[in-house]
Amino acid sequence: MLDLSGFGAQLLQGAVVTLEVAVLSLLFGTVLGILGAAAKLSALRWVRVPVTLLVNLVRGIPEFLILLIVYFSLPSFLSSLTGTDVSISPLVGGVFALSLVFGAYASETFRGGFLAVPKGQLEAARAFGMPRTRIFTRIHLPQAWRYALPGVSNLWQTLLKDTSLVSVLGLEEIMRKADIGAQVTKRPFNFYVAAALIYLAFILLSGPTFAWLERRAGRGLARSP
Amino acid sequence: MTDLLAGLQEAWVRQAPLFLSGLWITLQLLVVSTAIGLVLAVPVALARVSPRRVLSVPATAYAYLFRGTPLLVQIFIIYYGLPQFDAVRGSVLWPLLRDPMPCALLAFSLNMSAYTGEVIRGGILAVPAGEREAAMAVGMPRGLMLRRIILPRALRIALPALSNEVVLQLKATSLASTVTLIDLTGVGRRLAAKTYTTEGLFVAGAIYIALTFLVARGFRLLESRFAAFQRP
Repeated sequence: MLDLSGFGAQLLQGAVVTLEVAVLSLLFGTVLGILGAAAKLSALRWVRVPVTLLVNLVRGIPEFLILLIVYFSLPSFLSSLTGTDVSISPLVGGVFALSLVFGAYASETFRGGFLAVPKGQLEAARAFGMPRTRIFTRIHLPQAWRYALPGVSNLWQTLLKDTSLVSVLGLEEIMRKADIGAQVTKRPFNFYVAAALIYLAFILLSGPTFAWLERRAGRGLARSP
Repeated sequence: MTDLLAGLQEAWVRQAPLFLSGLWITLQLLVVSTAIGLVLAVPVALARVSPRRVLSVPATAYAYLFRGTPLLVQIFIIYYGLPQFDAVRGSVLWPLLRDPMPCALLAFSLNMSAYTGEVIRGGILAVPAGEREAAMAVGMPRGLMLRRIILPRALRIALPALSNEVVLQLKATSLASTVTLIDLTGVGRRLAAKTYTTEGLFVAGAIYIALTFLVARGFRLLESRFAAFQRP
């Protein structure tokens, strides 16, 4: 159907790299998002204000520009910090930038999740004498997670598509592999359509995965008929 | 911190004309693609809520295709992919498709219509059933009901969400620099490549933030003008 002149395996290798970037950014970004939400809800002004400001800055700048800023300015920043020459790979730069973007948006999602947990439950936990950290890990976070999951699912789809931007830094993920195939074979249409289909497959597959996660997060809850 | 700000100011002062031309390209891309995207989004939304499958199935597929693939791929398919076919290069549209600007506009507009179609669809579904029934009861034909009752209501309901779409569209235009257009991001990239410094990228970022703020502000004014009745 789509003649890829033997570059199909290359594209699939690229797909693996795309998944690596996306999953790593999802993990780091989720942690950043939870920390960011905690900071935004903090009673301490000097924690809340700068984090809120940073999140708003990140959300006001195109993802592509953030990727470029991170990739080109992080090495000199780290070098001046450590006093040695630091260089970062496109993979590290890409994961760093995408995690930052994901974390910024996810902090809003998780903030909503944390606020949605009924106060009575937290009070009940306190009345039992649970220590603060255990209230967080056993009561607050698992339920906030359930409320936040649909939002995280949307952010994941955006993240998956944003990984294509890292190809501009030269990381050999789907898009970069498609670029190479297109240049060699002079059939750009075939390659970019093939790349599009791989992304589409990933997006379609993540639907059931998140549905499963949502079922898992909501286990033990009475389902409305 | 003050060093950084001084550096940014210097970059801005030295390269102001370049940034202004980049800003102009970004604004053109934003305004034209948003306008076309909105106009296309209405039929997409109407087709999606249509009870007739000949309309709803293709519209749903359209929405899935454009929302399920990266915008970068869409631009590349249009700008780099289409010229692969002799039929395209021989067609009357070739002078347009050869040029990156119309290609970027086409990709951004189609992409926007798919996303905004969903938003407007939500607005259409949120129009109270009673209003629809009242229109039918006074004997309005379908087309008139759509034009006078459903769409004006749906667009007003969707207005806050449309503001988000326009901000997203502003950020989407930054991909224009991947097809050789020198928009704001393109200016930043160019300066970064020429001077090995990143001030240009930061200045571009600051301009985007200002634009985001202006768009959000503009929509709040629109809301107070057109959607005041549904304020809490």
